Amino acid sequence: MKLTLEFGGGLELLFGSVKIHEVAVPPPEGETKVTVKHLLLWIRDNLLKERPEMFLKDKSVRPGVLVLINDCDWELCGTTEAVLEEKDTVVFISTLHGG
Amino acid sequence: MGRSCEVCQKNRPALRRPKTGQQVCRECFFCAFEDEIHRTIVENRLFKKGDRVAIAASGGKDSTVLAHIMTLLNKRHDYGLDLFLLSIDEGITGYRDDSLETVKRNEVQYGIPLKVVSYKTLYGWTMDDIVREIGRKNNCTFCGVFRRQALDRGGVVMKADKMATGHNADDIAETVLLNILRGDIARLARCTAITTGEDSVLPRCKPFKYTYEKEIVMYAYFKKLDYFSTECIYSPNAYRGFAREFIKDLESIRPRAILDIIKSGEDFRIASTAKMPEQGICKRCGYISSQECCKACVLLEGLNRGLPRLGISRTRASNKEGPKAESNRAKERPRSISLDF
Ligand SMILES: [Zn+2]
Ligand SMILES: [Zn+2]
Repeated sequence: MKLTLEFGGGLELLFGSVKIHEVAVPPPEGETKVTVKHLLLWIRDNLLKERPEMFLKDKSVRPGVLVLINDCDWELCGTTEAVLEEKDTVVFISTLHGG
Repeated sequence: MGRSCEVCQKNRPALRRPKTGQQVCRECFFCAFEDEIHRTIVENRLFKKGDRVAIAASGGKDSTVLAHIMTLLNKRHDYGLDLFLLSIDEGITGYRDDSLETVKRNEVQYGIPLKVVSYKTLYGWTMDDIVREIGRKNNCTFCGVFRRQALDRGGVVMKADKMATGHNADDIAETVLLNILRGDIARLARCTAITTGEDSVLPRCKPFKYTYEKEIVMYAYFKKLDYFSTECIYSPNAYRGFAREFIKDLESIRPRAILDIIKSGEDFRIASTAKMPEQGICKRCGYISSQECCKACVLLEGLNRGLPRLGISRTRASNKEGPKAESNRAKERPRSISLDF
Protein backbone atom coordinates (compact mmCIF):
# COMPACT_ATOMS: atom_id res chain seq x y z
CA MET A 1 0.00 0.00 0.00
CA LYS A 2 1.43 3.37 -1.06
CA LEU A 3 1.44 5.97 1.69
CA THR A 4 2.95 9.40 2.25
CA LEU A 5 4.49 9.85 5.68
CA GLU A 6 5.51 13.19 7.06
CA PHE A 7 7.53 13.82 10.22
CA GLY A 8 7.71 17.23 11.87
CA GLY A 9 8.28 19.17 15.05
CA GLY A 10 11.75 17.65 15.44
CA LEU A 11 10.74 14.02 14.78
CA GLU A 12 12.41 14.21 11.38
CA LEU A 13 15.72 14.08 13.27
CA LEU A 14 14.98 10.40 13.97
CA PHE A 15 14.56 9.78 10.24
CA GLY A 16 17.80 11.10 8.84
CA SER A 17 16.40 14.67 8.90
CA VAL A 18 14.09 13.78 6.00
CA LYS A 19 10.56 15.09 6.54
CA ILE A 20 8.58 13.44 3.76
CA HIS A 21 8.78 9.74 2.93
CA GLU A 22 6.92 8.03 0.09
CA VAL A 23 6.62 4.42 1.17
CA ALA A 24 5.00 1.11 0.22
CA VAL A 25 3.74 -0.76 3.27
CA PRO A 26 2.64 -4.39 2.79
CA PRO A 27 -0.28 -5.58 4.96
CA PRO A 28 0.57 -8.08 7.71
CA GLU A 29 0.78 -11.75 6.58
CA GLY A 30 -2.58 -13.22 5.74
CA GLU A 31 -4.38 -9.89 5.96
CA THR A 32 -5.46 -7.24 3.49
CA LYS A 33 -5.86 -4.21 5.72
CA VAL A 34 -3.16 -1.88 6.98
CA THR A 35 -3.95 -0.30 10.34
CA VAL A 36 -2.02 2.53 11.96
CA LYS A 37 -0.86 0.03 14.58
CA HIS A 38 0.74 -2.01 11.82
CA LEU A 39 2.17 1.10 10.20
CA LEU A 40 3.90 2.10 13.46
CA LEU A 41 5.64 -1.27 13.68
CA TRP A 42 6.59 -1.07 10.02
CA ILE A 43 8.09 2.38 10.57
CA ARG A 44 10.04 1.12 13.57
CA ASP A 45 11.49 -1.78 11.60
CA ASN A 46 12.04 -0.10 8.24
CA LEU A 47 12.36 3.65 8.55
CA LEU A 48 13.44 4.70 12.02
CA LYS A 49 17.15 5.45 12.21
CA GLU A 50 17.61 6.05 15.94
CA ARG A 51 16.10 6.28 19.41
CA PRO A 52 12.77 4.45 18.92
CA GLU A 53 11.73 5.52 22.46
CA MET A 54 11.43 9.10 21.19
CA PHE A 55 8.74 7.98 18.77
CA LEU A 56 7.00 4.92 20.22
CA LYS A 57 5.72 3.87 23.61
CA ASP A 58 3.60 0.84 24.50
CA LYS A 59 2.59 -0.04 20.93
CA SER A 60 1.48 3.51 20.14
CA VAL A 61 3.22 6.81 19.55
CA ARG A 62 4.82 8.44 22.52
CA PRO A 63 2.37 10.77 24.28
CA GLY A 64 3.01 14.27 22.95
CA VAL A 65 3.32 13.10 19.36
CA LEU A 66 0.34 14.25 17.28
CA VAL A 67 -0.91 12.11 14.41
CA LEU A 68 -3.02 13.30 11.49
CA ILE A 69 -4.48 11.03 8.82
CA ASN A 70 -5.28 13.01 5.68
CA ASP A 71 -5.10 16.17 7.82
CA CYS A 72 -7.56 14.83 10.36
CA ASP A 73 -6.66 14.29 14.04
CA TRP A 74 -6.26 10.53 14.48
CA GLU A 75 -8.27 10.72 17.72
CA LEU A 76 -11.30 11.13 15.43
CA CYS A 77 -10.43 8.08 13.34
CA GLY A 78 -9.77 5.45 16.00
CA THR A 79 -6.08 6.14 16.72
CA THR A 80 -4.06 2.91 16.33
CA GLU A 81 -7.10 0.99 15.04
CA ALA A 82 -7.66 3.36 12.12
CA VAL A 83 -7.57 1.55 8.78
CA LEU A 84 -5.47 3.19 6.10
CA GLU A 85 -6.22 3.38 2.41
CA GLU A 86 -4.13 3.63 -0.73
CA LYS A 87 -2.41 7.05 -1.06
CA ASP A 88 -3.31 8.21 2.44
CA THR A 89 -1.06 10.80 4.05
CA VAL A 90 -0.07 10.26 7.68
CA VAL A 91 1.60 13.13 9.52
CA PHE A 92 3.49 12.78 12.82
CA ILE A 93 4.37 15.94 14.74
CA SER A 94 6.23 16.08 18.01
CA THR A 95 5.07 18.67 20.52
CA LEU A 96 7.94 17.88 22.84
CA HIS A 97 10.48 20.30 21.51
CA GLY A 98 11.07 23.76 22.88
CA GLY A 99 9.01 26.69 21.85
CA MET B 1 -16.09 8.91 11.36
CA GLY B 2 -19.16 10.20 9.54
CA ARG B 3 -19.99 12.89 12.10
CA SER B 4 -19.84 16.59 11.46
CA CYS B 5 -18.35 19.51 13.41
CA GLU B 6 -20.05 19.91 16.79
CA VAL B 7 -20.02 23.69 16.46
CA CYS B 8 -21.19 24.49 12.92
CA GLN B 9 -22.90 21.09 12.40
CA LYS B 10 -21.72 21.31 8.82
CA ASN B 11 -18.06 20.73 8.04
CA ARG B 12 -15.93 17.65 8.45
CA PRO B 13 -14.25 17.71 11.89
CA ALA B 14 -10.47 18.13 11.85
CA LEU B 15 -9.56 17.58 15.48
CA ARG B 16 -10.74 16.76 18.95
CA ARG B 17 -10.21 19.67 21.33
CA PRO B 18 -8.39 18.38 24.42
CA LYS B 19 -10.02 20.98 26.67
CA THR B 20 -13.62 20.14 25.80
CA GLY B 21 -13.52 16.83 23.94
CA GLN B 22 -15.45 18.51 21.12
CA GLN B 23 -14.95 17.46 17.51
CA VAL B 24 -14.49 20.63 15.50
CA CYS B 25 -13.70 21.59 11.94
CA ARG B 26 -10.71 23.70 11.02
CA GLU B 27 -12.59 26.98 10.75
CA CYS B 28 -14.44 26.53 14.04
CA PHE B 29 -11.17 25.54 15.69
CA PHE B 30 -9.43 28.69 14.47
CA CYS B 31 -12.30 30.83 15.78
CA ALA B 32 -12.41 29.13 19.18
CA PHE B 33 -8.61 29.16 19.57
CA GLU B 34 -8.28 32.85 18.72
CA ASP B 35 -11.33 33.92 20.75
CA GLU B 36 -10.24 32.06 23.87
CA ILE B 37 -6.86 33.77 23.83
CA HIS B 38 -8.52 37.12 23.21
CA ARG B 39 -10.78 36.51 26.20
CA THR B 40 -7.81 35.50 28.37
CA ILE B 41 -6.06 38.74 27.41
CA VAL B 42 -9.11 40.91 28.08
CA GLU B 43 -10.37 39.24 31.25
CA ASN B 44 -6.95 39.30 32.88
CA ARG B 45 -6.14 42.80 31.62
CA LEU B 46 -2.78 41.64 30.32
CA PHE B 47 -2.11 44.85 28.39
CA LYS B 48 -3.06 48.53 28.28
CA LYS B 49 -3.60 50.57 25.16
CA GLY B 50 -0.30 52.07 24.06
CA ASP B 51 1.85 49.41 25.81
CA ARG B 52 5.10 48.55 24.11
CA VAL B 53 5.16 44.76 24.24
CA ALA B 54 8.15 42.49 23.69
CA ILE B 55 7.20 39.06 22.35
CA ALA B 56 9.81 36.59 23.55
CA ALA B 57 10.69 34.87 20.27
CA SER B 58 12.78 31.72 19.99
CA GLY B 59 11.65 30.62 16.55
CA GLY B 60 9.98 27.60 18.20
CA LYS B 61 6.31 26.65 17.94
CA ASP B 62 4.94 28.49 20.98
CA SER B 63 6.60 31.81 20.32
CA THR B 64 5.88 31.65 16.60
CA VAL B 65 2.17 31.06 17.22
CA LEU B 66 2.27 33.77 19.90
CA ALA B 67 3.75 36.29 17.45
CA HIS B 68 1.10 35.35 14.89
CA ILE B 69 -1.79 35.56 17.38
CA MET B 70 -0.65 38.78 19.03
CA THR B 71 -0.32 40.52 15.67
CA LEU B 72 -3.70 39.20 14.57
CA LEU B 73 -5.60 40.10 17.75
CA ASN B 74 -3.89 43.47 18.05
CA LYS B 75 -5.29 44.36 14.63
CA ARG B 76 -8.64 42.61 14.95
CA HIS B 77 -9.56 44.04 18.36
CA ASP B 78 -7.61 47.28 18.17
CA TYR B 79 -5.52 46.67 21.32
CA GLY B 80 -3.28 49.59 20.32
CA LEU B 81 -0.08 47.71 21.24
CA ASP B 82 3.36 48.47 19.91
CA LEU B 83 4.65 44.92 19.34
CA PHE B 84 8.17 43.72 18.64
CA LEU B 85 9.99 40.39 18.63
CA LEU B 86 12.78 39.89 21.15
CA SER B 87 15.30 37.10 20.62
CA ILE B 88 18.31 35.90 22.52
CA ASP B 89 21.46 34.70 20.85
CA GLU B 90 23.13 32.43 23.40
CA GLY B 91 26.17 32.01 21.20
CA ILE B 92 25.90 28.26 20.67
CA THR B 93 27.50 27.50 17.33
CA GLY B 94 24.99 26.07 14.90
CA TYR B 95 22.11 26.00 17.40
CA ARG B 96 20.61 29.44 17.02
CA ASP B 97 21.58 29.94 13.40
CA ASP B 98 18.50 28.19 12.05
CA SER B 99 16.12 29.41 14.75
CA LEU B 100 17.31 33.01 14.31
CA GLU B 101 16.67 32.63 10.59
CA THR B 102 13.12 31.57 11.50
CA VAL B 103 12.64 34.61 13.72
CA LYS B 104 13.97 36.85 10.96
CA ARG B 105 11.36 35.39 8.60
CA ASN B 106 8.72 35.98 11.31
CA GLU B 107 9.77 39.63 11.38
CA VAL B 108 8.85 39.91 7.70
CA GLN B 109 5.76 37.68 7.89
CA TYR B 110 4.18 39.56 10.80
CA GLY B 111 5.56 42.99 9.98
CA ILE B 112 6.88 43.69 13.48
CA PRO B 113 10.51 44.61 14.25
CA LEU B 114 13.00 42.14 15.68
CA LYS B 115 15.68 42.84 18.30
CA VAL B 116 18.37 40.25 18.94
CA VAL B 117 20.38 40.45 22.16
CA SER B 118 23.48 38.30 22.58
CA TYR B 119 24.94 36.69 25.70
CA LYS B 120 28.25 38.18 24.65
CA THR B 121 26.76 41.67 24.90
CA LEU B 122 24.92 41.05 28.14
CA TYR B 123 27.41 38.88 30.01
CA GLY B 124 30.70 39.03 28.14
CA TRP B 125 30.50 35.25 27.62
CA THR B 126 28.88 33.17 24.90
CA MET B 127 27.35 29.82 25.86
CA ASP B 128 30.14 28.13 23.88
CA ASP B 129 32.73 30.04 25.96
CA ILE B 130 30.98 28.89 29.13
CA VAL B 131 30.83 25.26 28.07
CA ARG B 132 34.52 25.39 27.18
CA GLU B 133 35.18 26.62 30.72
CA ILE B 134 32.91 24.35 32.66
CA GLY B 135 32.19 21.26 30.58
CA ARG B 136 28.80 20.10 29.48
CA LYS B 137 27.54 18.79 32.76
CA ASN B 138 26.16 21.90 34.43
CA ASN B 139 25.60 24.20 31.52
CA CYS B 140 21.80 23.99 31.74
CA THR B 141 22.08 25.94 34.99
CA PHE B 142 23.82 28.72 33.10
CA CYS B 143 21.54 28.42 30.13
CA GLY B 144 18.37 28.77 32.22
CA VAL B 145 19.54 31.51 34.58
CA PHE B 146 21.13 33.59 31.85
CA ARG B 147 18.29 33.09 29.40
CA ARG B 148 15.65 34.31 31.80
CA GLN B 149 17.56 37.46 32.64
CA ALA B 150 18.62 38.04 29.06
CA LEU B 151 15.00 38.41 27.98
CA ASP B 152 14.25 40.85 30.79
CA ARG B 153 17.39 42.88 30.23
CA GLY B 154 16.90 42.90 26.48
CA GLY B 155 13.31 44.03 26.99
CA VAL B 156 14.41 46.87 29.26
CA VAL B 157 17.05 48.01 26.76
CA MET B 158 14.33 48.09 24.12
CA LYS B 159 12.06 50.14 26.42
CA ALA B 160 9.32 47.53 26.57
CA ASP B 161 6.48 48.02 29.07
CA LYS B 162 5.64 44.32 29.13
CA MET B 163 6.83 41.01 27.88
CA ALA B 164 4.63 38.24 26.54
CA THR B 165 5.98 34.69 26.60
CA GLY B 166 4.72 31.56 24.87
CA HIS B 167 4.36 29.39 27.99
CA ASN B 168 1.35 27.16 27.46
CA ALA B 169 -0.97 25.19 29.75
CA ASP B 170 1.19 22.06 29.50
CA ASP B 171 4.30 24.05 30.48
CA ILE B 172 2.55 25.53 33.49
CA ALA B 173 1.13 22.20 34.66
CA GLU B 174 4.63 20.76 34.40
CA THR B 175 6.07 23.63 36.43
CA VAL B 176 3.41 23.22 39.15
CA LEU B 177 4.35 19.57 39.40
CA LEU B 178 8.09 20.29 39.49
CA ASN B 179 7.69 22.90 42.22
CA ILE B 180 5.72 20.40 44.30
CA LEU B 181 8.33 17.71 43.73
CA ARG B 182 11.04 20.13 44.84
CA GLY B 183 9.08 21.56 47.75
CA ASP B 184 9.61 25.00 46.27
CA ILE B 185 6.68 26.79 47.87
CA ALA B 186 7.67 30.28 46.73
CA ARG B 187 7.76 29.27 43.10
CA LEU B 188 4.66 27.14 43.45
CA ALA B 189 2.79 30.24 44.59
CA ARG B 190 4.14 32.30 41.70
CA CYS B 191 4.22 29.91 38.78
CA THR B 192 0.51 29.88 37.96
CA ALA B 193 0.20 33.68 37.97
CA ILE B 194 -0.69 34.87 34.49
CA THR B 195 1.34 38.04 35.04
CA THR B 196 4.50 38.06 37.14
CA GLY B 197 6.87 40.80 38.24
CA GLU B 198 4.18 43.46 38.30
CA ASP B 199 6.31 45.58 40.62
CA SER B 200 9.40 45.19 38.50
CA VAL B 201 10.47 47.26 35.52
CA LEU B 202 9.23 44.65 33.10
CA PRO B 203 6.17 42.54 34.00
CA ARG B 204 5.80 39.27 32.11
CA CYS B 205 2.58 37.68 31.00
CA LYS B 206 1.44 34.39 29.50
CA PRO B 207 -1.41 34.76 27.00
CA PHE B 208 -1.29 30.95 26.41
CA LYS B 209 -1.78 30.09 30.09
CA TYR B 210 -4.94 28.11 29.30
CA THR B 211 -3.94 27.01 25.80
CA TYR B 212 -3.07 23.37 25.24
CA GLU B 213 0.16 22.52 23.51
CA LYS B 214 -1.71 20.17 21.21
CA GLU B 215 -3.85 23.04 19.94
CA ILE B 216 -0.86 25.34 19.49
CA VAL B 217 0.85 22.71 17.35
CA MET B 218 -2.35 21.91 15.43
CA TYR B 219 -2.94 25.61 14.82
CA ALA B 220 0.62 26.05 13.54
CA TYR B 221 0.20 23.00 11.31
CA PHE B 222 -3.15 23.98 9.79
CA LYS B 223 -2.07 27.62 9.33
CA LYS B 224 1.29 26.43 7.91
CA LEU B 225 3.17 28.71 10.29
CA ASP B 226 6.89 28.67 9.89
CA TYR B 227 8.60 27.44 13.05
CA PHE B 228 11.78 25.70 13.98
CA SER B 229 12.28 22.68 16.20
CA THR B 230 15.44 21.14 17.46
CA GLU B 231 16.79 19.83 20.68
CA CYS B 232 19.23 22.00 22.53
CA ILE B 233 22.57 20.37 21.75
CA TYR B 234 23.58 20.78 25.37
CA SER B 235 21.83 18.14 27.40
CA PRO B 236 18.31 18.85 28.65
CA ASN B 237 17.19 18.84 32.27
CA ALA B 238 16.38 15.21 32.94
CA TYR B 239 14.12 15.89 35.92
CA ARG B 240 11.99 18.28 33.90
CA GLY B 241 11.92 15.66 31.15
CA PHE B 242 10.34 13.12 33.52
CA ALA B 243 7.73 15.64 34.64
CA ARG B 244 6.95 16.40 31.01
CA GLU B 245 6.54 12.74 30.16
CA PHE B 246 4.28 12.21 33.17
CA ILE B 247 2.06 15.17 32.22
CA LYS B 248 1.78 13.86 28.66
CA ASP B 249 0.86 10.39 29.92
CA LEU B 250 -1.86 11.86 32.13
CA GLU B 251 -3.13 13.98 29.27
CA SER B 252 -3.44 11.00 26.97
CA ILE B 253 -5.70 9.30 29.51
CA ARG B 254 -7.61 12.38 30.62
CA PRO B 255 -6.91 15.68 28.83
CA ARG B 256 -8.57 17.78 31.56
CA ALA B 257 -5.70 16.80 33.87
CA ILE B 258 -3.64 19.71 32.54
CA LEU B 259 -6.16 22.36 33.53
CA ASP B 260 -6.84 20.60 36.82
CA ILE B 261 -3.17 20.66 37.78
CA ILE B 262 -3.05 24.39 37.01
CA LYS B 263 -6.16 24.86 39.13
CA SER B 264 -4.57 22.94 41.99
CA GLY B 265 -1.52 25.18 41.74
CA GLU B 266 -3.70 28.29 41.81
CA ASP B 267 -5.75 27.13 44.78
CA PHE B 268 -2.93 26.12 47.05
CA ARG B 269 -3.00 28.17 50.23
CA ILE B 270 0.44 28.76 51.60
CA ALA B 271 0.41 28.62 55.40
CA SER B 272 1.30 32.00 56.86
CA THR B 273 3.91 30.25 58.98
CA ALA B 274 5.79 29.02 55.91
CA LYS B 275 9.14 30.72 55.49
CA MET B 276 9.26 32.50 52.16
CA PRO B 277 12.44 33.93 50.69
CA GLU B 278 12.25 37.70 50.46
CA GLN B 279 12.14 39.13 46.98
CA GLY B 280 14.75 41.82 46.84
CA ILE B 281 17.05 43.31 44.31
CA CYS B 282 20.53 42.16 43.32
CA LYS B 283 23.19 44.51 44.67
CA ARG B 284 25.24 44.23 41.55
CA CYS B 285 22.84 44.35 38.64
CA GLY B 286 19.49 45.41 40.10
CA TYR B 287 17.70 42.32 38.88
CA ILE B 288 15.01 40.72 41.12
CA SER B 289 16.67 38.29 43.48
CA SER B 290 15.95 36.58 46.77
CA GLN B 291 19.63 36.78 47.65
CA GLU B 292 22.03 39.67 47.98
CA CYS B 293 23.45 38.76 44.61
CA CYS B 294 21.34 37.23 41.88
CA LYS B 295 22.14 33.83 40.49
CA ALA B 296 23.46 35.24 37.23
CA CYS B 297 25.90 37.54 39.02
CA VAL B 298 27.15 34.67 41.20
CA LEU B 299 27.64 32.45 38.16
CA LEU B 300 29.36 35.28 36.30
CA GLU B 301 31.69 36.02 39.18
CA GLY B 302 32.66 32.36 39.21
CA LEU B 303 33.38 32.40 35.50
CA ASN B 304 35.34 35.63 35.66
CA ARG B 305 37.42 34.46 38.62
CA GLY B 306 38.14 31.13 37.02
CA LEU B 307 35.95 29.27 39.54
CA PRO B 308 33.19 28.24 37.19
CA ARG B 309 31.53 25.87 39.66
CA LEU B 310 30.64 28.74 41.94
CA GLY B 311 26.91 28.91 42.47
CA ILE B 312 26.31 25.47 41.02
CA SER B 313 27.48 22.96 43.57
CA ARG B 314 25.30 22.76 46.64
CA THR B 315 28.01 21.46 48.94
CA ARG B 316 29.32 23.57 51.81
CA ALA B 317 32.85 23.26 50.52
CA SER B 318 32.03 25.26 47.46
CA ASN B 319 30.14 27.83 49.49
CA LYS B 320 33.32 28.54 51.40
CA GLU B 321 35.17 29.63 48.32
CA GLY B 322 32.24 31.70 47.18
CA PRO B 323 31.74 35.43 47.53
CA LYS B 324 29.95 36.91 50.52
CA ALA B 325 26.58 36.38 48.97
CA GLU B 326 27.14 32.68 49.16
CA SER B 327 27.42 32.67 52.94
CA ASN B 328 24.06 34.40 53.24
CA ARG B 329 22.67 31.87 50.92
CA ALA B 330 23.73 28.99 53.10
CA LYS B 331 21.45 30.21 55.88
CA GLU B 332 18.36 29.95 53.78
CA ARG B 333 16.67 26.74 52.89
CA PRO B 334 18.34 24.88 50.06
CA ARG B 335 17.27 26.22 46.71
CA SER B 336 16.82 24.35 43.55
CA ILE B 337 19.33 25.15 40.91
CA SER B 338 17.26 24.85 37.82
CA LEU B 339 15.49 27.35 35.71
CA ASP B 340 12.02 28.54 36.55
CA PHE B 341 9.31 30.45 34.78
ZN1 LIG C 1 -17.31 23.81 12.28
ZN1 LIG D 1 22.72 40.40 39.61
